[in-house]
Order: sequence, then structure tokens, then C-alpha cells
Amino acid sequence: MERVIVSMQDPDMGIKMRNQRLLITVIPHAMTGRDIVDWLIQKYSITEEEALHTGNFLVKYGYIYPLKEPRNLCLKQDETPYRFQVYIHTIYLARKNIRKQGELIEYEKECYNALHKRINHTWDFVVMQAREQLRASKQRRKSDRIVLECQEQAFWLINRPPVSSIEHNRKSLGRNRIKSSICLESFVKYCEQYQDHDPIMQGCLPSNPWITDDIMYWNMNAEMVPMPTKLRVERWTFSFMELLNDPLGKKELLTYLEKEFSAENLLFWQACEEVRHGEASKIFLAPGASRWVNIDSKTMEKTLQGIKHPHRFVMDDAQMHIYFLMKKDSYPRYLKSELYKNLLARAVVPQETKKSVFPFMRRQRHSSPSPALVTQTAEDNGKAQPNTGKTNTGTAAQI
Amino acid sequence: MAAQEVQPSETIAKLKSESEALKTKLEEERAKLHDVELHQVAEKVEPLGQFVMKTRRTLKGHGNKVLCMDWCKDKRRIVSSSQDGKVIVWDAFTTNKEHAVTMPCTWVMACAYAPSGCAVACGGLDNKCSVYPLSLDKNENLAAKKKSVAMHTNYLSACSFTNSDMQILTSSGDGTCALWDVESGQLLQSFHGHAADVLCLDLAPSETGNTFVSGGCDKKANVWDMRSGQCIQSFETHESDINSVRYYPSGDAFASGSDDATCRLYDLRADREVAIYSKESIIFGASSVDFSISGRLLFGGYNDYTINVWDVLKGTRVSILFGHENRVSTLRVSPDGTAFCSGSWDHTLRVWA
Repeated sequence: MERVIVSMQDPDMGIKMRNQRLLITVIPHAMTGRDIVDWLIQKYSITEEEALHTGNFLVKYGYIYPLKEPRNLCLKQDETPYRFQVYIHTIYLARKNIRKQGELIEYEKECYNALHKRINHTWDFVVMQAREQLRASKQRRKSDRIVLECQEQAFWLINRPPVSSIEHNRKSLGRNRIKSSICLESFVKYCEQYQDHDPIMQGCLPSNPWITDDIMYWNMNAEMVPMPTKLRVERWTFSFMELLNDPLGKKELLTYLEKEFSAENLLFWQACEEVRHGEASKIFLAPGASRWVNIDSKTMEKTLQGIKHPHRFVMDDAQMHIYFLMKKDSYPRYLKSELYKNLLARAVVPQETKKSVFPFMRRQRHSSPSPALVTQTAEDNGKAQPNTGKTNTGTAAQI
Repeated sequence: MAAQEVQPSETIAKLKSESEALKTKLEEERAKLHDVELHQVAEKVEPLGQFVMKTRRTLKGHGNKVLCMDWCKDKRRIVSSSQDGKVIVWDAFTTNKEHAVTMPCTWVMACAYAPSGCAVACGGLDNKCSVYPLSLDKNENLAAKKKSVAMHTNYLSACSFTNSDMQILTSSGDGTCALWDVESGQLLQSFHGHAADVLCLDLAPSETGNTFVSGGCDKKANVWDMRSGQCIQSFETHESDINSVRYYPSGDAFASGSDDATCRLYDLRADREVAIYSKESIIFGASSVDFSISGRLLFGGYNDYTINVWDVLKGTRVSILFGHENRVSTLRVSPDGTAFCSGSWDHTLRVWA
């Protein structure tokens, strides 16, 4: 904020100070609320709304004060006269002194006395301003006051010199970096690729539920649907992770792999996920096991060693190996398969649903079963139930 | 001959100058590969058109400042926490409150929804992170089933479940981050390196899922290896506390919001800051940031009650959203990117689309 105030006071580019009329008195060296707003608009290329918003803060924090109604700390965009608060930090000290007699710390006391000497002629004015601000601040909520106090206190605190870490900097020097042009180009590509999948940017079909109150979009994109949307199936081509992150995509991949008699890799990977995040996995690694997993001997040895002394990451190397194997081999083949191409051809493109033209005919906002309820019911029934996201009314408990 | 005694102040001065020299060399190395600016690369990209976003839902019910919120994976439920110790679970779509818990402490600064949707985690001035399973039995007292998971020696500033309900990552005013096993409450890994309070964290969306980034009052953003506990990258270009960090959707970069009134983008492969999102007219700190699904838009909640929307590639501000009547303290985009939710010191949450 200080930076803005300094700019405002610049003799060439700042606000032009004039004699302002206050009833029958002429006040020298002041500016109007309108001047302030116009200057902010011009200097920072912002809208009137934003300028008024920012200007209000400058007055609230005491950098500018109104001459007509000193108790009303807000910015009026008219002929109301204002002045810059020159002695803002002095006033802070004076306030503190008034509030807690003798509680200024040594450093603050020295400054306070020095300032008193220097601006002796306007001291009464400073004290008066301090009293006014204290009165106004009493009306503010305690929490806001505390925040303001902290911000002002920070001005008087001496900064601690930063602690440097030599070892870390040494290590950082040795790391491999990639040219900016390559890295930045990848952001442009990513944004482009995902633009159609970004509802806030491009909208979504049939409609954004938050805007039209119609949850069709969520129903059509539920975890397990009989027929997914085209956008969703296309997204599986972006990366292997996109395919695996979508339960429907994972299911399709498994179907494809089963046809090729190479489903063990995916099943093993899934089991590893379970070890990593919770349940123990079954061992697929014993060479004679009914289901083989193809990892190289080095990884196999390391994994078997780890299993002897189990730890959380025991499956990590094997899992990563399998992951990259699938990514390099199974994934591209799946995308070229008939299975995938057929699904893409049959995938749905929803029709747009427009927002209701008549505002008073707002659609009813249906509630949905809480995920907690779904799991509870499943536990009761003894088998897992997929969340179909069907429209249900009033199943969630209301408070 | 008496051995020369090295004065402690000399040693410190020597170390300091060595550190400065290393830092300069590091900056030189980073600069060598910086052959182009992001906005230059983005010149060929089509500019964004008129941007209209409005408040579509207002969630009222908290009795004091909203400090944190998180979305459920079902894309419509959220959990929020506030200064008066209340944690509320809402169906934001219908605006119905579904659960409410009163914590034994005030200033619940962190809350998170479990991936399964069956539990929430929260904590704050109690220095702990607790997990509450969500029961739909109205007669059941949620507080009774509470599980204490994390223990820090200062306030809890942020928490997040990893890929499952079984592990939680926390950050604290005690300067550390930690990874915990929910079932046993065991500390799995701790992360030391920040020189002051850690205020925020975010997990990387990477294939191997093993890193996260944290931001702190020491103005540093650190990237950590979750397995080894090592800090693998560090960025120190902000001029004040970093209040919020969020990964770019591809995982190759992250954004930060700071009290210095700027948001910045850091590229992990180039190992440097590549963009600053700031305007001379923006003079208040950014408390919370998040990306849209494509990563083209960055939403920032600020202490001047506004939300600024930035074009990530071109570096310009696309829109400014008014509505909240006090600081915006938390902001998250929904899991399917159809909306984002903001929480504020004005006691409300707003869903924008």
C-alpha cells in the first residue's frame, strides 16, 4: 500500500492537489474522492469498481483521511475532500502510547521522542488523529483490529537475517535441467490438449450442473455407465495415466488384455497399489506361480529380498517396472485395437440443455446418495456396489 | 606457537559469503538454460474471450471465519472448517448440511475429504490432525468416533490424504511436514528443511505419485521425495510468506500465492520460476490458488476480498470477481472442473461457475 501512496504523491504523475471548499472554509492542499478514483483508474488501468474497492482500503487503513466527516472512514466518489496521512507511523506509535501508557519498547520510545522533536508544530494534530483512529478502531471487530495491529507492528520489528543452507545449494548445482523453451512449450501443448475438457473454459455438454441445476452431466459421466461420452474415451489417448485413472478405462484395458492372455501385468499392478495404500497383496512373483509376471531378474531379486524383510515400498520397483512395460507395450496396442475403436465410434455426444428461460421455473435440485451411505449399504449387503449416480431424492440425511 | 583461534563471528561471516557465492552460481546455472519467456512462447496462443463467472451457490452456516475447504470426489460435496471450531460437510449442489462436528479447539485451519468420501480429516490450534468417519446415523455422535492421527508441536496448517484413506500428509507451524498412517497413527516419514512455519502443501499428480510441494513463512517452496524424506528442489523468489501451493495438472510445475501480492509459476524440469502473476493495483496478499482442469486459468483468492483469474500462459489477468465481504481464505476447483469454491472470513462459502 505504501507504494501506491508514494505514487499518488508524486509531484508530476500524482494526484493534483487543490484548494477544496468545505462549507465556507477553503482548505488548501487537498483532493476530492473523485480525483482519487479517477487517478487509480488511469494509473493502474482498472475499472471504476476496482478503483473504489482499493481506494476504500487506503482510507480504512488511515493512509488517506476525509476532511468532512473524520469518523466516517470510507471513500466517497464525489467532491468530498481528502488528505494524505503524512505521519501514519507516528500516529501508530501515538495510538500505542495512549492505549498502553509506557508500553512502547525502547526502540519505539526513541523514535517516538525523536519524531516529537521534529514535528513539534503538528504534534497536537498527530495526537488528535491517533485518538480518532482509536475511537474508530474500537468499533471494528476485535479480530480485524488484531490483524491491523500485527501489520503495523511488523514495520517496527527488526528482520532476522535469513539462514542459508550451503549443502542444499551445492546439491542443486549438480542437477540436470531442461531448456526453458522445451519446458514452456509443453505447457502450451497441455493447455491446448485439455481445453475441450475444461468446463470452465469451454462449457460442457449437456450443461454445467451448477449453472442449469441439471445433473445430467454427472449422470452421463458416472464411474460405470453403459455407454461413456466421446470426450471421455478420447481422453484415454492423452496418457496411460488418464486410462488407468478412469475405472471404466481400466476395465476396458483389462478386457482387452484378457483377450490376449496377458492380464496378469495389470492385475499385479493393481495388487501393488493395494500394498502401497493398504491391503496386503498376494504374491504373483514365485516363478512357479499359476500366474506369471514378467519382470527382469534384477528387479525380481531386489523384490524377493525386500519381501524377506517387508517394508512399505517392497513392491515399488516391481510395480514401476510393470507400469512402464504396460505403458510402452499394452497401452499403444490397446489404442490401436478394434475394441477401442468400436467404443470410440459408439460413444455418446450429449445434446446441449439450455438454462431455463424463465427464472422462476428453476429446476428442482436433486440430492444424491452420500458416498458414506453407499459404502455402509455395501458393507451391510456384503458386496461392493458401484455408485451409479442415479437421480434420487431425499436419501441424504439432512441437518 | 599458540594455535590461532577462529572467532565465531568470522566463521559465520565465512559461511555466509560461501552460501551467497553458491546461490549466485546456482542462479547463473539456472539462467544459462533460460532461452525464452513463457509469454513469448504463448504469443501464438489465441487470447481468451470475455469471461463471465458468477456465484451459483452461497453456503451459509458457519458462525465465524471459514479457514479451509476441500471437495469430495463425488464432485458436489465439500467439507469446510472455521475459526469457531466447527467442521461442516455440505452437499454444495443442494446447499444442504449433511454433517457437523465441533472440534475441541478453535481455529481449525486445515480440513480434507478422504478419497472414499467416508471420512474427513481436520486440525488446527490443537496441533493435531484427527480423522472423523462420516456416519449417516443421526443418533451417532461423530465426535465419539474421532481418531487422532498426527501430532505436531505447533499448529496444523494443512492436511491431505494421499491416494487412499490410509495415509495423511500434514504441514505445521513447527516448521515440518509429516506422513502418517491413519490406522495406527504411526509417523511414517518427516520432512525437515523449512526455516519457519510451513503454511501449505500439495501432492503431485505424477505417475509414480511420490513427491509433494510445501510453502512456508521462510518464503521458500520445497519439493520433497515422500520415500526418503529428502528435499529435492527448493525455490526462493517470493518476497513474503507463501500461503498456498498447487501443482499444474501435468505435474511439471506448480503455482504459489504469497503475502507479497503475487502468484508465481515454477517449472520443475527447468528448475526455475517462469512466470509472475501480479498487477500494480493488486496490493494485498494472495491466500489461496488453484488451476482449472486444462491449467490455462489460475484462480487466486486475495486478502482484499476479491478473486483474480489469471491467464497462466500469457500472464495477464482475465477477470476479477467480487462478492465476498471479507478476506478469501481458501479456494479449490472441483474434481471435474465444473466450478470452484471459495471460503471467506465473511463466514460463507461460494461456488462459482
